[in-house]
Amino acid sequence: MLDLLTGFITELRNAGLPVSLTENLDAMEAIQHIPIEDREAFKYALGATLVKNHAHWRSFETVFEVYFSLRGPQYQISENGDADDLWREMQEQMQQGEGRGAGGAMNSLTPEEMMQLLMQALRSGDQALMRALAKQAVNRFAGMEPGRPVGGTYYLYRTLRNLDLDSMLEKLMEASRQEVGGDLTSLEERLERDEHQSNIEKFKQEVEAEIRRRLVADRGAEAMAKTLRKPLPEDVEFMHASREEMAGLKKALQPLTRKLAAKLARKRRHARKGPLDFRNTVRHSLSYGGVPAEPKFKFPRPAKPELVVVADISGSVAAFARFTLMLVYAIQGQFSKVRSFVFIDGIDEVTEYFRATEDVSEAIARINTEADVIWVDGHSDYGHAFEVFWNKYGKDISSRTTVLLLGDARNNYHASQSWVVKEMKQKARHVYWLNPEPRSYWNTGDSIVGEYGSFTDGVYECRNLRQLESFVEKLA
Amino acid sequence: MSYRFESVQQVRDGLKKVNYLADEGIAGIAFLADRLGKPVLVEGPAGTGKTQLAKSIAEMTGARLIRLQCYEGLDESKALYEWNYKKQLLRIQADKSSDAWEDIHDDIFGEDFLLTRPLLEAITAEEPVVLLIDEVDRVEVETEALLLEILSEYQVSIPEFGTIKAKQIPLVFLTSNNTRELSEALKRRCLFLHVDYPDMDREKQIVLTKVPGVTEHLADQIARIVRSIRQLDLKKAPSVSETLDWAATLVLLGIENVDAQQAKETLHILLKYQSDIAKAAKELSDDN
Repeated sequence: MLDLLTGFITELRNAGLPVSLTENLDAMEAIQHIPIEDREAFKYALGATLVKNHAHWRSFETVFEVYFSLRGPQYQISENGDADDLWREMQEQMQQGEGRGAGGAMNSLTPEEMMQLLMQALRSGDQALMRALAKQAVNRFAGMEPGRPVGGTYYLYRTLRNLDLDSMLEKLMEASRQEVGGDLTSLEERLERDEHQSNIEKFKQEVEAEIRRRLVADRGAEAMAKTLRKPLPEDVEFMHASREEMAGLKKALQPLTRKLAAKLARKRRHARKGPLDFRNTVRHSLSYGGVPAEPKFKFPRPAKPELVVVADISGSVAAFARFTLMLVYAIQGQFSKVRSFVFIDGIDEVTEYFRATEDVSEAIARINTEADVIWVDGHSDYGHAFEVFWNKYGKDISSRTTVLLLGDARNNYHASQSWVVKEMKQKARHVYWLNPEPRSYWNTGDSIVGEYGSFTDGVYECRNLRQLESFVEKLA
Repeated sequence: MSYRFESVQQVRDGLKKVNYLADEGIAGIAFLADRLGKPVLVEGPAGTGKTQLAKSIAEMTGARLIRLQCYEGLDESKALYEWNYKKQLLRIQADKSSDAWEDIHDDIFGEDFLLTRPLLEAITAEEPVVLLIDEVDRVEVETEALLLEILSEYQVSIPEFGTIKAKQIPLVFLTSNNTRELSEALKRRCLFLHVDYPDMDREKQIVLTKVPGVTEHLADQIARIVRSIRQLDLKKAPSVSETLDWAATLVLLGIENVDAQQAKETLHILLKYQSDIAKAAKELSDDN
């Protein structure tokens, strides 16, 4: 047990979770009070002692599944770790498990009967039946062989393709309609759909868990954990985020902006004390019999900076621009004014979109569809965009303005027009460049971030939320 | 040392008796907190029953609840202890005539002159207590340090007086709305519990237990609609307490079966931002 837990904790640390020694000891103590057979309680006991940040919970869950999925009551494993033995043993046990779950030998079901059963399980939301069916589906469709060097996603894809869950949703909806005998109102329709969708999602998770269980049995926990290791939300790179990671990022952004705003407001308030407040000091001296024993100071009110964001929204860096805009607008209270411009090879002001609505994501959606950013061919042309920007809006840049330039500076070998940035620097308070590319890629190929960067107050690498956050904190 | 709880199941049943429906995680961690003698840091969105958890545990164990509400500018004289200097002055003046300086100077820093504040009160209590430190994320990082000694050692050191050790180890709950990152030192000393919005079945049960006069059918509908709304991209998703308010409203209006129109008209109880209300109303009415 001790070995297992040590391996588990090492893996958590490898996945980037900060687990201290005391937390480790706490976990050891905690599991003495909770029997390992009670999987859920056991998981929460480990979680409560080891994971102190909710954003890390998912990573923890994955690692937990890998390390402890074979230790449930159904999956007692003999001590000899021979993979083939394990495999056989698991299949035997699985068949026993199915016998209980579905009240009959499932192997003999025809595909039609099985689909029928699945539909029934999804409609009633019967967890045990779903689990049994997930096992069966993996058995039949995934075609898993021990020792085959294929990722879990491949098996998942094969299984789900055979089950055809999309048409299942429609069938389920049809069944609900028939049940009430006629049409559902749109509200009912929507609620039913949500219900079915969440059940299907649960089933998918069962399938995924089942595949993972078998892979762990085949390859061992350590190797498996390594392939499943995913970056924490704050470490996901903007430029290479998958759709799922994107959703995770968006979720992580909201609490982050709240924190950032609170922090900045606090910083502003508690910054250096201002000059002596004479009136207030005299007022307070009255309680000391006229002796000014307690000097009072004015609160400093530093001017909030004005912010101009100029963002490249062409393909590769669009996600980064979106996130930066979201972050900036979420804390716009910290700036006296925010103006934003987007470009590809033409440039357009989009401040209005944000002013028109409270909802930042709606404004971002409008940028993608409505902003007029294409001048010739829709390939990034920083030089032309900057030149137009300077001619049209250059007069609005003042000594209170901070300019943020976002992009990878991949200019497709067009003219750089870097004199614009130089003049901007002379007029504005600060000019910063944020680059979502790793530092080692800068100035390779058509990237000319060095040329622009030499005229700015600094070029910052902003590959993930963590870096973006630390930059914005410095800014306000 | 005797434990308060026998098993996780007992915690769960006990909480259910006082109308708090705990899930596996909540009950498990409350149980562990007792066994390990560690404080619990409860985090999660507003209105998911973080404070209520501490109250319910207190009610369930029959302990007294001592509450420390945190705010910016909280200091030790309001959280830990303070010397009752008026009483000290009186004591000195009463003895002015005699020259018993030796007696007095130790005397005025005795227990008689100590004003206990919530934290000190919690550890000096004779009877069982539950200590609730509410919204701990509101105090400054420096003030957090005040809590560390009491959270790990269950003792308070007073320079003039000595160290006061706890007579019995209280159950401690800290709640946080996560407006800032708490310090590592604080987190390390606590068990961490994230309370999220409940799943549909639990929410339905909560509505059924907390709202008198609600029918099973209506509770089910409410839970489904709320789940639907939470899936939208909103500024502030409806919390459990708002769900309960909404359920109570529907009961008061005598509605047994919510249709889209009625849902739309009462949305402002569930959602607090105009843009959110507009969005949800749109989604509820002309979907597909």
